[in-house]
Amino acid sequence: MLEYVWLIPLFPLIGVLINGLFGKKIKNEAVIGGIATLAVVGSFVVACGILFQLISMPGEERHFEKTIFTWIQSGTFKADIGFLVDPLSAVMLMVVTGVGSLIHLYSIGYMHGEEGFYRYFTYLNLFTFSMLLLVSGNNLLLMFVGWEGVGLCSYLLIGYYFHKKSAGDAGKKAFVMNRVGDFGFLLGLFTMWWFLGHNYNVWTINFRELASHADLIPAGGVATAIGLFFFLGATGKSAQIPLYTWLPDAMEGPTPVSALIHAATMVTAGVYMIGRMNFVYIKSPTALLVVACVGGATALFAATIGTAQNDIKRVLAYSTVSQLGYMFLAMGVGAFTAGIFHLMTHAFFKACLFLGSGSVIHAMHHALHHVHSDADPQDMRNMGGLRKKMPITFLTFLIATIAIAGIPGFAGFFSKDEILWQAFSNPLHGEVNIVLWAFGAVAALLTAFYMFRLVFMTFFGETKLSEKAYHHLHESPAVITIPLICLAILSVLGGYIGMPKLLGEVLGGMPNYFEHWLEPVFAYSNNYMAHSLPGAHGEHSPALEWGLMGVSVLIACCGIAFAYALYIVSPTIPEKFTSAFPALHRAVYKKWYVDEIYDFCFVNPCKALGGFLWKGFDVVVVDGIVNGVAGIVKGFSGILRYSQTGYVHNYAYGMVLGTVVIVAVYVFR
Amino acid sequence: MLALNNYLILSAILFSIGTIGVLVRRNAIVIFMCIELMLNAVNLTLISFSHYLGSIDGQVFVFFIMTVAAAEAAVGLALMIAFYKNRESIDVEDVNMLKL
Amino acid sequence: METIAIPAINLAPIMPEIILSCIAMLLLLVNVFVPSESKGYLGVLSLVGLVATAASVVSGWGQPVAAFGGAVQLDNFAVFFKLIFICSAALAILISDKYVVREEINHGELYPLILFATVGMMLMACGMDLMVIFLGLEVLSISLYVLAGFNRGSLKSNEAGLKYFLLGAFSTGFLLYGMALTYGATGSTKIGNIAGFVATNPQVATNSLFVVGMLLIAVGFSFKTAAAPFHMWTPDVYEGAPTPITAFMSAGPKAAAFAAFIRVMIVAFPTLKHDWTDLLWILAVLTMTVGNIIALSQDNIKRMLAYSSIAHAGYALVGFTACNPEGVAGILFYMLSYTFMNIGAFAVIVLIGKKGEANGNVQDFAGLGQKRPLLAAILCVFLFSLAGIPPTAGFVGKFYLFSAAIKSGYIWLAIIGVLNSAASVYYYLRVMVYMYFKPSEEDFDWVGMTPAIAVCLLLCVATTLVLGVVPGTVLELAQKAVQF
Repeated sequence: MLEYVWLIPLFPLIGVLINGLFGKKIKNEAVIGGIATLAVVGSFVVACGILFQLISMPGEERHFEKTIFTWIQSGTFKADIGFLVDPLSAVMLMVVTGVGSLIHLYSIGYMHGEEGFYRYFTYLNLFTFSMLLLVSGNNLLLMFVGWEGVGLCSYLLIGYYFHKKSAGDAGKKAFVMNRVGDFGFLLGLFTMWWFLGHNYNVWTINFRELASHADLIPAGGVATAIGLFFFLGATGKSAQIPLYTWLPDAMEGPTPVSALIHAATMVTAGVYMIGRMNFVYIKSPTALLVVACVGGATALFAATIGTAQNDIKRVLAYSTVSQLGYMFLAMGVGAFTAGIFHLMTHAFFKACLFLGSGSVIHAMHHALHHVHSDADPQDMRNMGGLRKKMPITFLTFLIATIAIAGIPGFAGFFSKDEILWQAFSNPLHGEVNIVLWAFGAVAALLTAFYMFRLVFMTFFGETKLSEKAYHHLHESPAVITIPLICLAILSVLGGYIGMPKLLGEVLGGMPNYFEHWLEPVFAYSNNYMAHSLPGAHGEHSPALEWGLMGVSVLIACCGIAFAYALYIVSPTIPEKFTSAFPALHRAVYKKWYVDEIYDFCFVNPCKALGGFLWKGFDVVVVDGIVNGVAGIVKGFSGILRYSQTGYVHNYAYGMVLGTVVIVAVYVFR
Repeated sequence: MLALNNYLILSAILFSIGTIGVLVRRNAIVIFMCIELMLNAVNLTLISFSHYLGSIDGQVFVFFIMTVAAAEAAVGLALMIAFYKNRESIDVEDVNMLKL
Repeated sequence: METIAIPAINLAPIMPEIILSCIAMLLLLVNVFVPSESKGYLGVLSLVGLVATAASVVSGWGQPVAAFGGAVQLDNFAVFFKLIFICSAALAILISDKYVVREEINHGELYPLILFATVGMMLMACGMDLMVIFLGLEVLSISLYVLAGFNRGSLKSNEAGLKYFLLGAFSTGFLLYGMALTYGATGSTKIGNIAGFVATNPQVATNSLFVVGMLLIAVGFSFKTAAAPFHMWTPDVYEGAPTPITAFMSAGPKAAAFAAFIRVMIVAFPTLKHDWTDLLWILAVLTMTVGNIIALSQDNIKRMLAYSSIAHAGYALVGFTACNPEGVAGILFYMLSYTFMNIGAFAVIVLIGKKGEANGNVQDFAGLGQKRPLLAAILCVFLFSLAGIPPTAGFVGKFYLFSAAIKSGYIWLAIIGVLNSAASVYYYLRVMVYMYFKPSEEDFDWVGMTPAIAVCLLLCVATTLVLGVVPGTVLELAQKAVQF
């Protein structure tokens, strides 16, 4: 089955070709959606097969490379079309294809009746293809192809409702910010290639080859530069400070798109990339510190904004940014496995949350349409009491929310707690560790708060809808609820494969399967940390670990209690708070005015420069030169043609003149 | 026999006269006669070379040239007649419909 | 009585010429004795004759065979060019029937004349003696004078024939004088002997007789290939002659002139290479530039294609200037592809034209893209090939010529060539703009396709595209052909 790894990206690509070329003619929604979904399901089946085959192999040998052909060979630069299967990519493949299949299925129901149905599925399949290239490519350039591809599809899908100016603008914003990040990625790629090649004559961008030469990379200096360049790319793709403002705007796209791209897969590309390049990052504590600080700051910053938003999808968007901050925090303290673990569990519960919100919006839209109301179906202030009318949606949403809040027993707890523990105990960054842990802890408090605020405002309490509208609410069809149920189950059970040792001992010796699985990928870094870095991984008392675990649970419960108090017990408190601190509330609501600052500093000057270059330079100078040259040549033509007078004598004269000149030149040389 | 140079100079003069004739004269038939003059100048050159080199090739060449010149004359005159039928003139100044 | 010793004459090398001449003469007789109004059967018979000739030509591939004491040599070079001539004659015959019927010049002599012209061309290609080359040139030229003036009722055709005749005979005078001087300086008219003499007596290169002789020969051939400044007859003659004849003239005789030119220059005067390559450099640049620039302002499409053929001769001269095997092989390939793409374009012009040579302007092509899309697409293929846009044969040919020039160190020549190619795109694509983007009332219903023209178009399009995509085989043959 390993031999057929190339089938995994191929199936969605076939889906793109079929739906893209013929989709307009196939009017049947079931066929179009079916083709697209089956393609991803096919990839999932192959991925499962590969996973099982990997499991059956002994630990050190769990890697397989399949090169299809050499794409570029130019001097010393060589890039293949090839695929790398190892534990890390296997995890990513399973997540992308598994969650992707569920979301494709969900989309069939959600996008029912939309014009451009085939266009949606073409783009979705194209995205899946690009993402699979990204995670399974065996060299930096192929990963970059996937990296760009997902950026493109993100733009296409965010701007799916292209009649709305806000959707088009959001798509452009996402693309441009991604592009700024991609610049960093390319700089990192070239620096890496040039450094190893120029100094050690090792010209390669293949992951395994780079990893095998990891010893050649000295600590500090170059490693920091490479790490920071790549991280710039990651901030763009994974929406960290400073390039995160596109993610909330990206909610203009259809909800399944938000679930797939902006929760489960594309935004995790940056985390995956750091995981792949871990052997470079470990050489540069500075770069790791930057990653961790940015991650922690983003986690806290986004969480604060999330508390004041009223649009259900916006809350989830800021929650995504915040959780991504956690993942980077983990990578930044050297806990690569924990970061990937949180990536996986986050995919489950965030996708479930987004799909659930989609179900809610769908129902709200339907109900409001029935009573000809103009109210925003996504505004939580128009909701309330939905749990009676949409039980399955409510239940799955609740499960996912409990998971994200970090309550023990659910997936989110294991991953988030592991990150907080590593942040606290890992001595990589000395005193800063405690600060990072504090950031993470406060963010966890806010996360629990605003997520349960969302649940309470949407599903509990008195409904803000009119009687008639409320009556028209109903549960979504099976196509929508089945993925919800699957993801909710995964939100519960998904965490058990990564149980920390401490808890595992309590529950009868259950090992941390996930850590063990990813060990070969991060072995080099773990070794390096153990031996080379001062004060690395000392022994920590189990008591400290239990203690911190308890603190995490306490924080989560506090957040939930706070939300309960504000939105169930006495719903008037929030209003009193906002009227008491209007400036603070407005600042938080307006996302701390970051968008406005960017507009002033970057967007408007760029627009002005573009306008000047267009009117002043392109039209006047470039067009002038091109048209001028053409005009001159045409002028010559008009003049020269008069040499053809039509008289035989003139022609003969020309011939004789030519002959005389030629002979004279030669004879008198 | 005279020195080779004399024959060569004579044929060069004839050739030049022919060329200038083509450039100056207006009657198409006279132009053609000048062309024939050029060809005969070449014939003269060839024969004189043949004699002085002792090789018969030049004279064989002359036979071919004379034959071809005859054929050309026939064709050329036919073309002039056809032109005259339509244009009532064989003045090459009138051969100017195709231009620019 | 003394028996005259008849030398053993090996007729095999000139068997193609013999076959074709006999068939042409036979057709003349048939034309007189068969009292039929339509002369299409003559076309069919001449095609059959051409096929037979081609078979005889192909059998000569491989080892060179000389005859007549070294005056004629059938080698790969000659075989390649003879096939080009036969193709050009066949294609011209295919498109001529419709034209002559429409213009009411349906005289049967057209076909034998084309065949005689082909015989002349074939002699030029295989001639290894200045006399034989001259004979071939004259047979070709005289047939062409008649063909150019074939339409006796049209003043333009008369004028074309007369101009061609006067200027052609004039240039023949120069050519002959050059040959005479060369003969005088080297003692022989056989090209092989001339080369031998030059090799053993290098001081002859300073002999002004010899140099002038060589230059005059070059001038004579430059007239035939329409190199500037000897190109001025081309636009007028091409515009006035009947369209199928123009098609024929633009392809076959040009290739024949290049064949003889290459043969004489490279075989007879190889040691003076640096002298005449300088001359050719200037000729190439002048020719390309003049041809392309004046073509920009032409409206009559035949005249435009005439100037374009001048420009294409310029590109071929670039390969000649390079004077390395790649360059000369490039010329061979270019002549082959040029035959097909140019006659193909003329075939479409024959279809679009109306009685009295009306409908011959670029503007008359307006709307063809909508009304007759297939025909317009075919013309587009030819226009792209002429402009040198991949994946057509024209691009491959230009690529090889220019890369040969760069290999020889003529970087500026290649740059000028490419710039000229770029400029030429304007007037080729202007036709396309009219075809597709200008509205028109014309519905082109009266454009009638005949099987002959259909076959011709098919062959031309197929060759243009195939040579553009897989030129390897033909290029190899061309490279083998220039090893003499």
